[in-house]
Amino acid sequence: MEKVDLVVRIGGESGEGIIVAGEILTLACARASFEVYTYRAYPAEVRGGHSMFQMRAANAPIFSAGDLVDILVALNQEAYDRHYSTLKKGGVLVYDPESVQPHDREDLILYPCPLKDLALNQVQAIQTKNIVTVGVLAELFSIPQDKLEEVIQERFGSKGSQILEKDLLALKVGMEYARQNIPKRENLKLGETEGETRIVISGNAAIALGAVYAGCRFFAGYPITPATDILEILMKEMPRVGGVSIQVEDEISALAMAIGASFAGKKAMTATSGPGLSLMSELIGFASMAEIPVVIVDVQRGGPATGLPTKTEQSDLFHAIFGSHGDCPRVVIAPTNVEDCFYQTIKGFNLAERTQLPVIILSDQSLSQRYETISVPDFDSIKVEDRLTVSPEEVAQGYQRYRITENGLMPMGIPGKPGAYIARGLEHDGEGTPSYDPGIHQVMTEKRFRKLNLAQNDNDVTLRWGNQESEVGIISWGSTEGAVREATNQLKARGEEPDVLYIKLLSPLPRKQIEDFLKNKKKVIVPEVNYSGQLSHLLRAYFLFDPIPLNLAGGRPFAGYEILKKIEEVL
Amino acid sequence: MVRTALDYKGKLKPTWCPGCGDFGVLTALFNAFARLDLDPNNIAIVSGIGCSSRLPGFASTYGVHSLHGRALPIGQGVKLANPEIEVVVVGGDGDAFAIGGGHFPHAARRNIDLTYIVMNNRIYGLTKGQVAPTSDVNFRTVSSPYGNFEEPINPVAFAISVGATFAARGFSGKVDQLTDLIVAAITHRGFAFLEVISPCVTFNKVHTYKYFQEKVTPLPAEYQPDDRTKAIEMAQVMQDVIYTGIFYRQEKLTYHDWISKIMEGVRPVTPKELVLSQK
Repeated sequence: MEKVDLVVRIGGESGEGIIVAGEILTLACARASFEVYTYRAYPAEVRGGHSMFQMRAANAPIFSAGDLVDILVALNQEAYDRHYSTLKKGGVLVYDPESVQPHDREDLILYPCPLKDLALNQVQAIQTKNIVTVGVLAELFSIPQDKLEEVIQERFGSKGSQILEKDLLALKVGMEYARQNIPKRENLKLGETEGETRIVISGNAAIALGAVYAGCRFFAGYPITPATDILEILMKEMPRVGGVSIQVEDEISALAMAIGASFAGKKAMTATSGPGLSLMSELIGFASMAEIPVVIVDVQRGGPATGLPTKTEQSDLFHAIFGSHGDCPRVVIAPTNVEDCFYQTIKGFNLAERTQLPVIILSDQSLSQRYETISVPDFDSIKVEDRLTVSPEEVAQGYQRYRITENGLMPMGIPGKPGAYIARGLEHDGEGTPSYDPGIHQVMTEKRFRKLNLAQNDNDVTLRWGNQESEVGIISWGSTEGAVREATNQLKARGEEPDVLYIKLLSPLPRKQIEDFLKNKKKVIVPEVNYSGQLSHLLRAYFLFDPIPLNLAGGRPFAGYEILKKIEEVL
Repeated sequence: MVRTALDYKGKLKPTWCPGCGDFGVLTALFNAFARLDLDPNNIAIVSGIGCSSRLPGFASTYGVHSLHGRALPIGQGVKLANPEIEVVVVGGDGDAFAIGGGHFPHAARRNIDLTYIVMNNRIYGLTKGQVAPTSDVNFRTVSSPYGNFEEPINPVAFAISVGATFAARGFSGKVDQLTDLIVAAITHRGFAFLEVISPCVTFNKVHTYKYFQEKVTPLPAEYQPDDRTKAIEMAQVMQDVIYTGIFYRQEKLTYHDWISKIMEGVRPVTPKELVLSQK
């Protein structure tokens, strides 16, 4: 099969339906069995400001949304000015001549399309301009019309037949215009591909569904960009699996409710972004102290304060690991791609139950809102761990909820069954009785920290690839995986592949795997989308070596070539 | 076997000061549990931080002694996760109306089926005598040395105005009436709020037992607790008379009733089917 790999970017004013157009294209391509990978950038406001959607579609695995674009659709002059430099040589510019004046460039193919005029006069609905655009692109790419109509029907079917009819008409108008006026270019053709059934999913949806699969039956949340989809999905789906979801008054209440629900015996979760995690800090300490399992998803965005609500960053690592006063053990994990969001969320619930501690899952904006095609999970191989609960016999023998044990664990009593105890945020002895004795505080703190050892026993706490003999290594975490893979794939082709280690368990750090990796390394690059180099700091502190930080203050993910450039400098 | 109040007594002896109003609340609560013959394993008492929030530790039931101000959301989480559990949230006026004040209106308007008992002593006892959100104007404390100049919150009027479907006031000096009120609050379907006037004998030398004994009066026999406006009016009487009893009661769908209706209406799905439906 011939290799297909196309990148399309649509830019325009926020509120023109650019994200919707991008999502429709993406889903249609995915249903036509292409691998897809998307990236979006949009302002925090609903209208006004610049909005951008990028989709890459290929018939082989892809790891990023692509650096340079094959087709740029500029819906206004700002979109053109911002993005024309990202067009490949020989790339195509689709633009509305009424609002965009491109340079006279010979290295580009210019396709003027009266998008606004078509929407206004042929569809008679100006708001369908985005779907007219989808039609033009569909014709250029040869995306199957039936797949597009299917997606549009699902998307707009609930909005009434008139709106749906207009949108379907807009699609036809766009396709027809392109057919009549734009000469087809073979190198742009996506056409048909064959493939197995795949799942198309965003990072946020993968987390929501991973939670349900792991047995989560209680969710509480407060709307916050870019985590809100998780709330919306679970508000809709939780009743279908017999669980409860609730939108509450603030993030403090969200985590408090999840902790209450977990105390009552349900696997429970909340999802937020940095500002919400800040509000939850005190309760993270409570869950740790009272030993109540709970899962907290932090879909990171640019910070601090309100920061960059709609832009990506990996700057909550320190807060996730250390946030909350006192010595406060908790587990922190980070998925590296959309598919991993599903599996790491299941893992998060397993670790919460296994350690009876709060677990924080660090996703980020770039992961959360992009769509990827993923394989259908092998459900039989997924392990779901359940809670250690106290039996009536153990209660009869004198049960102490917080008794000190070798691994730090005691079974939990569940309200409604024998085993009544007081979950406490005050320091307490084995029975849960408050104690201010320094000796008790010493042994109880040790007990709670000891439980962290239970998180390190799995073989998937890190991900390693590349040339293990190489003296140059990359250590990173989270969503930088795609860009790093793009870079190392290119180096592999040149026989210069470095050794790569992704740390998925960030608290407690997997000592053995990291020490093994570092044995033969002379130089270790640590790329992170944060200014301060938070993982670099941790590696230096725990493993006593000088990493080479590669930092981006955030607002956007790394591009593959940026990673490549750094490795080439170091090699 | 009929249970007695002793069945709910925990191993720990209360740490409250001798004469503290909270003893009366604890006694009335155990009496109410016994009268309703509740299984201690089926009760969760949830509290925040403060003298009165120590209460769960003195019971043999399940309990959460949580963080300052967070008792209500934790209690709601318990009830939403397991509606079979009898949830009683307890705490002081600081917990309810200062640090946790943001949660109160939402718990009330959700009409989650739980009982919230606020022990009001009009002062911060645990931190040794600072001004509280229920303290009177001109009240002098270590943190209001020139007298308090913020208007006090009236707990019952506040609860009714934000949508509580049951609002009552009792006095820890009248344990029998308080027991009746707790029974009524627990058996009410929905969010039941009960203010208990519970004097602090150590730090509040103005609002003493004597002060309240002279003012506390049951609501008139002919009073009907079905009019919100009238209920708020009666709750705000504070000068010579302070009324006790049930000010307001309304039958309404609970949060759980709504959830049950939704669950009956949706098409059930297995987690696996849900994952496979993403295309």
